[in-house]
Amino acid sequence: MKRKLIVGFMMVLAVTGIFLVKAGKAVAEQELIVSAAASLTNAFQEIGEKFSSANPGTKVVPNFAASGALLQQIEKGAPVDVFAPADQKTMDQADEKKLILPETRKNFVSNGLVLVIPLGSKIPIKSPQDLAAKEVTKVALGNPDTVPAGRYTQEALTNEGLWEKLSPKFIPADSVRQVLDYVSRGEVDAGFVFATDAAIARDKVQVVATLEKHKPILYPVAVVAATEKKDLAQRFIDFVLSREGQEILSKYGFGKP
Amino acid sequence: MSKSLIPLLLTLKVAGFATLAAFLIGVAFAFLLARARFPGKEWADALLTLPLVMPPTVLGYYLIVVFGRKGWIGQWLYDAFGVTLMFTWQGAVLASTVVSLPLVFKAARSAFEGVDPNLERAARTLGLSEVGVFSRVSLPLAWRGIMAGTMLAFARAMGEFGATLMVAGNLPGKTQTLSLAVYDAVQAGNDRLAMTLVLITSLVCMVILVFSGKILKTQYLKEVDR
Repeated sequence: MKRKLIVGFMMVLAVTGIFLVKAGKAVAEQELIVSAAASLTNAFQEIGEKFSSANPGTKVVPNFAASGALLQQIEKGAPVDVFAPADQKTMDQADEKKLILPETRKNFVSNGLVLVIPLGSKIPIKSPQDLAAKEVTKVALGNPDTVPAGRYTQEALTNEGLWEKLSPKFIPADSVRQVLDYVSRGEVDAGFVFATDAAIARDKVQVVATLEKHKPILYPVAVVAATEKKDLAQRFIDFVLSREGQEILSKYGFGKP
Repeated sequence: MSKSLIPLLLTLKVAGFATLAAFLIGVAFAFLLARARFPGKEWADALLTLPLVMPPTVLGYYLIVVFGRKGWIGQWLYDAFGVTLMFTWQGAVLASTVVSLPLVFKAARSAFEGVDPNLERAARTLGLSEVGVFSRVSLPLAWRGIMAGTMLAFARAMGEFGATLMVAGNLPGKTQTLSLAVYDAVQAGNDRLAMTLVLITSLVCMVILVFSGKILKTQYLKEVDR
């Protein structure tokens, strides 16, 4: 009995080993790692697929997270080739730290910031001012330290004179998509997300206001300085800026830069 | 300093309550499963051990489904009392309790099973009630195993991350425990704060390990003396 078990275990190990070797060989095709803002998730997945099929032998590996977290990964030496954060500040920081090639930097889309509530919510929220009401207890937003959507929210609410007043109600999230998730599940009374995020969850959230008192939301993209695939990375950026790339982005609600 | 002190105190509070809850629930079920006979007993054991082998994110998701504002129990809690566990420190306690429960339960069950049933029978013939048998014979004899499991549970609760993040969020000063604060500081590139937090965590864990070792040892010596 015991011997059978040991033989079985060895066989499992051997099979696993074969798979690992095979997987290692599959990686032989060229990979392009694209670190993109969480709000670009759906659009960049499609762009990545289109780019991969247009360039046989190339595989786009997208890496989505809050822009600030992506910046930290690149700074700590992650093997990233293209960087596309959701705000200028993050890209400026990358530039200051000489993490990107400045001549490759281009703005490729714009976006809007909106206030959303769970669909069917009973609390009447029509504007950011309404969040001060007593029945509103939890308001989700991106953590301004790392999440661009949170930074824009902070700027807009500060200019409205609401930031201090609302801050006890804030639920900071790790990315704009987490804010969307909190609102979709009804765990919070309201949240601030990009217009494109709200658009992919129309069956779960309702947009009640568009914020204006913040800097224009422009997404930059650039080749990462440490890449060994500079030409391929540049080709990917060209594809994002091309008509085909822009059509995909506008399909997901992004605006012209 | 307060930036690292607040998460530390919160962590100790959350881990303390979670360990207490895991202790009470774990010991109760361990005694039941060690002594009672009923169909599906090993299935119950597997269910209680499941949190040990499952990824914390899976547990977090289950907890959201059950205790979220639209969850089975969460909805009722909210409608009836206006309470929700999401994004509260009590929610963090819930997550840590579930994650650390198997450690108490497993250790306590094998400790109870190691107690000679003849001793319990002898106590009964000497006129002790069932509660008396449990509290004066079974529990003291199984105590060391239970305590070892409880210490591990406390350590596990202190380091809980995944399920806590999903249920209680990451609210500075409210639900941001040490492990979450470290994550946050690293994400934001705040390496100095991260280093301070990491050192504090390591120090606290060392102190707990040394003291728990001492407590267990003195407990053992007392038993030998008797």
